[in-house]
Amino acid sequence: MRGTNDLILRTTTAFIAFILLGFSVYLFFAGHNKPGGGFIGGLMASAALILMYMAYGHEAMGKVIRVNFLYMVFTGLLIAVATGIGSFVFGAPFLTQNFGYFQLPILGRTELATALLFDLGVYLTVIGVTMTIILTVAKDRPEVDKANA
Amino acid sequence: MLLAVLLPFIIAIFIPFLSKWKHKLHTGFFVTAVPVVIFIYFARFIGPGFEPVEREYSWIPSLDMNFLFYLDGLSLLFILLISGIGSLVAFYSIYYLHKSEQLGHFYVYFLLFMGSMLGIVLSDNVYVLYTFWEFTSLSSFLLIGFWNHREGSRYGALKSMLITVFGGLSLLGGLVFMSGITGTASIQEMMSQQELILNHDFFPLILTLILLGAFTKSAQFPFHIWLPDAMEAPTPVSAYLHSATMVKAGIFLVARFLPMLSVSEWFFIIVSAVGIATLCWGSYMAVRQTDLKGILAFSTISQLGMIMAMLGFGTKAAIFAAVFHILNHATFKGSLFMIAGIVDHETGSRDIRKLGGLMTFLPITATLAVIASFSMAGVPFPFLNGFYSKEMFFDAAVTMDLSVTGIAATLQTLFPYLAVLGSIFTFVYSMYFFFGTFRGKANIDELPKKPHEAPAGMLVSPAILVLGVIIIGLFPDLINKPFIEHAASAAYGSENVKDIYYWHGLSPAFIMSITVLVFGTILYLSIPKWASIYNAVPGRLSLNTFYDGLVERTERYSTIITNSYMNGSLGRYVRLILVAIVVVTFGTMALTGGFTLDFGNVSEVTLHEVLIAVVMVIAAIGTIIAKNRIAAILILGVVGYGLAMLFVLYRAPDLALTQLIVETVTVALFLLVFYHLPNLEPHHESSLTKAMNLIISVGYGLLMTMVAISAHSHKMFDTMSSYFVDNSYKLGGGDNIVNVILVDFRGLDTLFEIAVLGIAAMAIFGLIRLRGKNKEE
Repeated sequence: MRGTNDLILRTTTAFIAFILLGFSVYLFFAGHNKPGGGFIGGLMASAALILMYMAYGHEAMGKVIRVNFLYMVFTGLLIAVATGIGSFVFGAPFLTQNFGYFQLPILGRTELATALLFDLGVYLTVIGVTMTIILTVAKDRPEVDKANA
Repeated sequence: MLLAVLLPFIIAIFIPFLSKWKHKLHTGFFVTAVPVVIFIYFARFIGPGFEPVEREYSWIPSLDMNFLFYLDGLSLLFILLISGIGSLVAFYSIYYLHKSEQLGHFYVYFLLFMGSMLGIVLSDNVYVLYTFWEFTSLSSFLLIGFWNHREGSRYGALKSMLITVFGGLSLLGGLVFMSGITGTASIQEMMSQQELILNHDFFPLILTLILLGAFTKSAQFPFHIWLPDAMEAPTPVSAYLHSATMVKAGIFLVARFLPMLSVSEWFFIIVSAVGIATLCWGSYMAVRQTDLKGILAFSTISQLGMIMAMLGFGTKAAIFAAVFHILNHATFKGSLFMIAGIVDHETGSRDIRKLGGLMTFLPITATLAVIASFSMAGVPFPFLNGFYSKEMFFDAAVTMDLSVTGIAATLQTLFPYLAVLGSIFTFVYSMYFFFGTFRGKANIDELPKKPHEAPAGMLVSPAILVLGVIIIGLFPDLINKPFIEHAASAAYGSENVKDIYYWHGLSPAFIMSITVLVFGTILYLSIPKWASIYNAVPGRLSLNTFYDGLVERTERYSTIITNSYMNGSLGRYVRLILVAIVVVTFGTMALTGGFTLDFGNVSEVTLHEVLIAVVMVIAAIGTIIAKNRIAAILILGVVGYGLAMLFVLYRAPDLALTQLIVETVTVALFLLVFYHLPNLEPHHESSLTKAMNLIISVGYGLLMTMVAISAHSHKMFDTMSSYFVDNSYKLGGGDNIVNVILVDFRGLDTLFEIAVLGIAAMAIFGLIRLRGKNKEE
């Protein structure tokens, strides 16, 4: 994922990446009622991120996204476990989910489910895992090149 | 009573602290006090009106394992031997072991041994008995290997460990059987259910297992080979363990179970035949030894064989003689070992070929030696206790009149002759021991040290034992009524009283004693003439060769067997695993009639499915035969996308989406990793391996197909999916059933799956990032 001089790739990436990210957010939220969910959403988001890394290179991306993806894994797992433990507050068994319908200002009558929080954990974990693996393996390249040379 | 048994263990804990001051005061002084206290405590029980004492202390009541102590005459005899000779040996060791030795280690092992020996003879609970039994094996192992910098010590310790633990485990088997059959762990209660055990189908097995335990511990033929090698231990240890106590544990065991087992004819045949064989072989081999302790080791073997034979006879007189000889043997053999230790200590050599003429240099030792060795030989003097029990042995062998037939009857007629034969050799080696060491020409120049009389402290213990020899010889009634009688009765199972006289008149036993004396003298004087017989028997075919070969071959063949399948090749392991799965699963299904082909509830096959399946099959085969790695990875992607298409067809949109993206990411990762792989030479497998792989993979594929079809044909219950369909919206608030199952109904699975992903990410991160660092270190 070295930086390239490919103008067309970079220009299209600017659009496509956002469409992909948007789609990933859609998949995440739609998960409860339509095909989708945290897992697919997370994978889709990482696909978008990888595309950006491919188009702009590692250094440029490092300046834009200052996230350690390994920490993202921990955050995701923490959220997932926290939602499970949260049910203890209400005297329910581990990982009991609940939902309700609320009248929200802009969205109108909306279903809010605690399962969504759990899914958020899944979402973040998947992004973190995918990005950690691919970036770690990818960054390993130059060393190998040096070793081979 | 529990305290008496545990006292040595408790003191053993404090020994390491004492050894700090060992340069001021020898640790042995503290240790000597322990057996003395125990001896005094138990000596109270001696008396004509002795009655068995029973004590119980809980240990694991739910498993019937309790410290159940039973003190009868037999236990008392052994306890007094253990604590009495223990005191003498501990005192002797103070002068034998120099302060520069690792005294702390020595006395800890010593006390450990003493405590476990007391435990064996007092235990009435078989599990506790076994526990202490193994403790003696362990502590004996440690004591034999005390000078662990010597090759011989390590070899001897290992040998004795292997043999006695083999016997110990057999014993455990026998005890568990008996306890299982009778439903109790108490020996006394087992005795009362004698019929149950004797008539049980497993009785031959029980008898074999128990006797194996007793024979290995008591160094009976052919398990005697560990005892001569155990002579590498310090001499106090040899005197204590390998003459007076541990080797008698097997004797004790046989005597303990005697009232129960001796009813069986096979008990008589096995025990007395093995005992007599041990007596003859041990005494024959003792004459061949050149090492003082070697002679004594084989002499111990033969004497134990004699006791074992008497127990095997099982008659009233024989058992009385056996019990009496246990005591006598402990006195004279203990002192002989100590004398050998003194000779070693004062001359620096134990080789009887170098020794000789020491009588003038060590007069006191020589006096003690002459009494002890003549007692061992059974010379008919009234002040030698060995003669009394030996004559009782002859008497028992001659007067034995069991109404038996077959082998037992033949043995019964043979025993008197064999007894005399074994005793003749006993006489020869006893003379050889004494005259070879103390008489003849003294060649002082060849000895490492200039010989002189031992310090007084060293002479005290053998002197007391020799005094015992004389007192028992002169006044046998002193110990008979209050002591021996009870032990003999306990071993016999009912009243067993006998008077001990010196003069019986011209009985056959006395004639046998005289025969032994005459022939023994002739043989001893003509040793140089017949010594070459030993080159023929046993010659090179000794049991040690067999043992060494067995150990060496076991190691060699197990290495060969292990190397034959653990060759480090992953391919082979995978093949083995798959073959095992195929064979086991196919076998089970064939045996239970699990193969079913039922196409009744199969849905229609559409053209799309067929087309996708064909593409996937072609791609799968392509992956296998592709020569190029990148090509294989890409073609494998086709299979993955085909699967996604199938998911679409089967209306699984979530799965299809996930499969598509995962497949893409996987292919990308494959390509990334591929970059790192070194340019491996394509490895060529032999056509045989290829054919085997083909067969195994086809077999495995066939198996899985069969299993899938059979499983589908065997639908026994309705699936629970209808519950999810009905309740997904009602309970989970979502229409996407898959998602509701994943995050709500079965969220725990998902939680751990993302945990798996997280671990995988960290593992990859760690593997790659930390790779270089380890190398630098």
